[in-house]
Amino acid sequence: MIDVLAGLLLLAGALFMFIAALGAVRMPDLMTRMHATTKAGVLGAGLMLAGVALYFAEADVLARAVAIVLFTMLTAPVAAHAIGRAGYFVGVPFWEGTVKDELKDRYDPDTHILASPPEHQEPGQG
Amino acid sequence: MLSTILQPLVYLILSVSLGLGFFRLVQGPTLPDRVVALELIASLTVGLIVAYTFFSAQTAFLDVALVLALTGFLTAIAFARYLEKGGQRDD
Repeated sequence: MIDVLAGLLLLAGALFMFIAALGAVRMPDLMTRMHATTKAGVLGAGLMLAGVALYFAEADVLARAVAIVLFTMLTAPVAAHAIGRAGYFVGVPFWEGTVKDELKDRYDPDTHILASPPEHQEPGQG
Repeated sequence: MLSTILQPLVYLILSVSLGLGFFRLVQGPTLPDRVVALELIASLTVGLIVAYTFFSAQTAFLDVALVLALTGFLTAIAFARYLEKGGQRDD
């Protein structure tokens, strides 16, 4: 019974990883691709490791699985943030259906300076 | 019984996913897209190692998965630094 549950968790994790790869291919621009790969990838790896931990049911396997899941959950958002930030600075084009780009008129790609949002600017500063 | 069906299925799904990730890596179109594809491939490889651990019952491979996850993170950060600190602007 535990075997079946662990196998189902493994399969579900593999399917989520497939969804992540599918999103990386099908999504229209960098941000949406990262959206797909980061979240679905972390969930897929977490489910697969949960399956392994459940299947073996040993303390050292559980400790390693928890370590990998925690580490992935901590690092994946940081890495995605860094790549997204770098992609924005490099000037990666957005999808034409993008509705919000709050840095659009505030960021200067040549000087690498970000201006304050309009409602926070002091009067007379321009 | 369980592993005769599950093993090829899981390996097939992960292999197809690796192929899709490789397609995005080749296709681009920009360098950050390729970095995202590389990160995806690293996380898919972690998944493959976990699946192999499951079916071969050699739990020492989980250490490899941990190290690979660490390396993938460092790669992504290094690429992001490179892009921000004067990498090529158009690919």
